[in-house]
Amino acid sequence: MKILVPVKRVVDKDIKIRVKADSSGVELANVKMSMNPFDEIAVEEAIRLKEAGKATEIIAVSIGAQQSGETIRTALAMGADRGILVKAEPPIEPLAVAKILKAIVEAEQPGLVIMGKQAIDDDCNQTGQMLAALLGWPQGTFASKLTVDGTDIQVTREVDGGLQTVKLKGPAIVTTDLRLNEPRYASLPNIMKAKKKPIDEKTPDAYGVDVKPRLEVLKTVEPPSRKAGVKVGSVAELVGKLKNEAGVL
Amino acid sequence: MPTLLIAEHDNKSLKDATHKAVTAAQGLGSEIHVLVAGQNCKSVADAAAKIDGVAKVLIADGALYEHQLAEPMAALIVSLAGPYEAIVAPATTAGKNYLPRVAALLDVMQISDISKVVAPDTFERLIYAGNAVQTVRSRDPKKVITVRTAAFQAAGEGGSAPVESAAAASDPGVSSFVGEELSKSDRPELTSAKVIISGGRAMQSRENFTKYIEPVADRLGAAVGASRAAVDAGYAPNDWQVGQTGKVVAPELYIAVGISGAIQHLAGMKDSKVIVAINKDEEAPIFQVADYGLVADLYQALPELEQELGKLGR
Repeated sequence: MKILVPVKRVVDKDIKIRVKADSSGVELANVKMSMNPFDEIAVEEAIRLKEAGKATEIIAVSIGAQQSGETIRTALAMGADRGILVKAEPPIEPLAVAKILKAIVEAEQPGLVIMGKQAIDDDCNQTGQMLAALLGWPQGTFASKLTVDGTDIQVTREVDGGLQTVKLKGPAIVTTDLRLNEPRYASLPNIMKAKKKPIDEKTPDAYGVDVKPRLEVLKTVEPPSRKAGVKVGSVAELVGKLKNEAGVL
Repeated sequence: MPTLLIAEHDNKSLKDATHKAVTAAQGLGSEIHVLVAGQNCKSVADAAAKIDGVAKVLIADGALYEHQLAEPMAALIVSLAGPYEAIVAPATTAGKNYLPRVAALLDVMQISDISKVVAPDTFERLIYAGNAVQTVRSRDPKKVITVRTAAFQAAGEGGSAPVESAAAASDPGVSSFVGEELSKSDRPELTSAKVIISGGRAMQSRENFTKYIEPVADRLGAAVGASRAAVDAGYAPNDWQVGQTGKVVAPELYIAVGISGAIQHLAGMKDSKVIVAINKDEEAPIFQVADYGLVADLYQALPELEQELGKLGR
């Protein structure tokens, strides 16, 4: 079974983003970029399935600018086998991404697609569900545990009140939550080896997908900022203020 | 054209997230119909009929909808979507699961997690875990929207809308429910709690969460959270994590204990109404967002806090 793992290049999770002064967006020039953390978990899970003999090949896909090739390279260094880079000027909306991925799935015929539950830039949390819908496949979103037994795919999902387990008739889409695994670091020899692994380059046109955005971004601004409040001298003073001043007790 | 709003419930009770989503939907300016899909969920439909601003309740009652699996839910919502201009759900794990599926089937780009309705086609939403606010206008003829419930007040009750049956859609037959393990804690869920107390790396162990944080949480009826550092160190389970890659919360009162205030933690809690920070390090960045800061050793401050709250009869 092949596993397809879509990966997105985003601003590194430890970087404090800055909104551009003209409200046109978030400053991306000269900012450290990394693989979306949830996608790292997806890559790791695919590698573990391959190591367990449940998968034969892992294909990492990224849709974005040329530099998204670096993100694919990271996935290859972790252990994916080959990559597909669909070059398109970001931002590409989840619906368009899902349509491109659908075309790739139809060409590659994976038994499973594992992807992050959301990207930490646009925070949409849509692409996996949309891809599942377009393919008519079942979905196991926000996965904290994944068991693959032939075409029986069991997913334990993180839901608001705890955990829910569903059984999916494969092929299926799984989106990752934080508890699924702890991604490995790529070793230096594997980073070197990854340089020789193939990456195919494509365009959205090759898949017949129109990536024109449906949402028009009118402006991007800083959220209202919080001001530091007061320091209190004791627990008793704190409780007094919470009760009498803030009125939250 | 009316708005279809999908109710959040557990077949027994209607969740507050529904009331908050109704308030958001009122901003669209159209009549609101609420869909209650579940099994033996008549009491939920009756409760939805009482929400102010709801014109009609549709009930789809059957085994297929008992666990609100995404595949049958999306098929049902799409089958009903025709006359509606907007389809709205709270951005709970249930809504986030099925609604993008609906959007894709309708060929609509969903607007996720809106925090404000600017106009019926224009919305504010938070990106980068709340570090930026984007205003977007949808060009799609139908709008598919999930609502960040922490950003809206709950609609009141007092209405009496009619309840009608909705025909079930066909079963896609590709998924089934196996089981669930719902938190048995008497504490509220993190995402809907009015009070949260969270611990950081300074807690030093899982036992210290039990010994120091939980007694205070019990006094306050609070949910317990943790920083990513505490989770990574194994002091707290991952589902307690508040932050950019964990849960985003906005309670009335957030108490951060032994949390330095890394960007990714602040992103998950800075919309809280009142923030309290307790930290030994007076330079900790958490104090820059805290309404009340106490520079103290948590192992002394927390037992004291528990006692003081006890004196108030909490």
